[in-house]
Amino acid sequence: MNSLAQRLRDGHALPVLAIVAVLIAVWYLGAIWLNSQRIIDLYEADEDMKGKWTTSDLIRDTLSMNRPVLPAPDQVVMELDRSVLEVAPTSNRSLLYHAWVTLSAALVGFGLGALLGIALAVAIVHVKTLERALMPWVIASQTIPILAIAPMIIVVLGSIGFVGLMPKAFISAYLCFFPVTIGMVKGLTSPEPLQLDLIRTYSANEGQIFRKLRWPASFAFLFPSLKIAVALAVVGAIVGELPTGAAAGLGARLLAGSYYGQTVQIWSALVLASLVAGLSVAAVGWAERITMRRMGGRA
Amino acid sequence: MKFRRGDIVLAVTVLAGAAALFLPLGGVGLWPRADMLLWIAALIVAALPALDYLARPIAAFLALLGAVMAGAALYGLIGAGARGVHAYGLWLGVIVLVVLSWRAMALSAALAAAYKSNLLHLAAPILLGVWTIFMWQVLTVGFDIPRVLLPPPSDIAASMVASSRDLALDFVQTFIRAMIPGYVIGCGAGFIVGVLVDRVPFLQRGLLPLGNLVSALPIVAVAPIMVMWFGFDWQSKAAVVVIMTFFPMLVSTIAGLAALSRMELDLMRTYAATYGQTLWKARLQAAMPFIFNALKINSTLALIGAIVAEFFGTPVVGMGFRISTEVGRMNISMVWATIVVAAVAGSAAYGALALMERIVTFWHPSLRKVA
Repeated sequence: MNSLAQRLRDGHALPVLAIVAVLIAVWYLGAIWLNSQRIIDLYEADEDMKGKWTTSDLIRDTLSMNRPVLPAPDQVVMELDRSVLEVAPTSNRSLLYHAWVTLSAALVGFGLGALLGIALAVAIVHVKTLERALMPWVIASQTIPILAIAPMIIVVLGSIGFVGLMPKAFISAYLCFFPVTIGMVKGLTSPEPLQLDLIRTYSANEGQIFRKLRWPASFAFLFPSLKIAVALAVVGAIVGELPTGAAAGLGARLLAGSYYGQTVQIWSALVLASLVAGLSVAAVGWAERITMRRMGGRA
Repeated sequence: MKFRRGDIVLAVTVLAGAAALFLPLGGVGLWPRADMLLWIAALIVAALPALDYLARPIAAFLALLGAVMAGAALYGLIGAGARGVHAYGLWLGVIVLVVLSWRAMALSAALAAAYKSNLLHLAAPILLGVWTIFMWQVLTVGFDIPRVLLPPPSDIAASMVASSRDLALDFVQTFIRAMIPGYVIGCGAGFIVGVLVDRVPFLQRGLLPLGNLVSALPIVAVAPIMVMWFGFDWQSKAAVVVIMTFFPMLVSTIAGLAALSRMELDLMRTYAATYGQTLWKARLQAAMPFIFNALKINSTLALIGAIVAEFFGTPVVGMGFRISTEVGRMNISMVWATIVVAAVAGSAAYGALALMERIVTFWHPSLRKVA
């Protein structure tokens, strides 16, 4: 039967864990290798240590540098522990506070962008001319590096008095709305001719077809788009914090870290950004499972 | 006589267009004579398709011609100095133009559907694009919107011409030097690793979920680290691009190599094909749609990576550098000019890849013409 050993052998958990373990080992080796030059230079400059240092000295010191080229994983974890758990979440020294600043902008933008994307998709599906004229542009807009206009949006909105959360949310919304539109158009047009014919024989009008057939059918396409969109929203909010040197947020921490050479700070902000993005995607996935179960799906 | 809804809308529009001739223009007393004549001619031409005995292509052409003439007349009106919130005549004219352009788009879209012509299919989107730029120009100039907020397209075009040398240097730095090497290395490495782990199901099972996870992460945030490691010049940007493009390619290659069904694999085995032959002649071919999908996604990601990485430090050239410095100097039209270059480059790269995909995966059902 499905014993634990069998599940371990056939499932994803074991290989994933093995690869993560290898990656962490490589990370440690990389940290020793990349940091060793600076430490050796230090040793050579020191009268007492010159020629007398051992490999274990080197390993110990490369893994506990103040501003390493590549910090060791445990240094990053310690920094995260210090800036997440030991400081009150409301203080601006807490990384959790910065993560919340970024996440709140991303979520507001995600909400706006998803609504806009859905509305546009509904319009495109119902107005033939719009489909023919607008859809190619929606697709073409995917090929444009939209993120490049982030600084402009921030500064221009800032010059007319929009500061803080909203400009970042606009960037996130802008990034979100394209995948949602594309997914929703696909979803709303996914009912087959057979199904459309059937519902027409019930003499359903356009509104009823939309409510009872197109809208429920679109959900299978909506959620994968929303997952892409929420990940993009986090990226948008982080990049939105770069150009003006925002005071708070994960992007601001990255920028400050890169100005002052605080590599451990950069890495911990990076890890937390990944966590925020991963959790947001997971949350959408969770909402998807609940919705699909409510709607009678098998997922 | 029976009235259709479209005809009524058109009649109201033409009447409104006539009324626009008598409304105040904000700064200009009357319509300049040439523009007035053009406007009247436009209304007449645009109204002609309501006549039933015109063939459809002619009706669509007349609607289009009317919209273009109306646009030209309004442009002349703005050039003569009509602007401001109180230029009711101008704004009524703009509303009339919206209806006329919509009609032209609808007619040309219907025509494209009726004749199944690729060229005609381009007409409606091109019309919408031109129309959007025109409206942008009319609204920004007509409402005197500050240049720092949103420059009119004419300003952007002027910036592009005036700073074409800078734009070209930026393009070379960001696109040719940073993005293309990074893109080639990242996609190549992702592909090679994907093919290599294909023989080790254990690695495959582990890499697929991890790759999917990493693809969702804000990888562009590694830019400051790469700038520290590889310096300010293009090498650090290329490194960011490598990291950004590696994982989507890896995941797609693994998924693509698994795309072939049992049946085809069995067929290859009956031919006594070796692993290498099966890989080369069957599985890699079947993986091509997945791989091209990753190549297309990556082309956008790579450009984003190369530009955003420049926000963290760069020599005094490059698209990201140009955007961040010109934003700082409030020279917004130059920022837009850079964005136009990035957009054209991004779309061209994507288009080239799509074209290559059509050639390589000609067998794919989505590309075959239905007989």
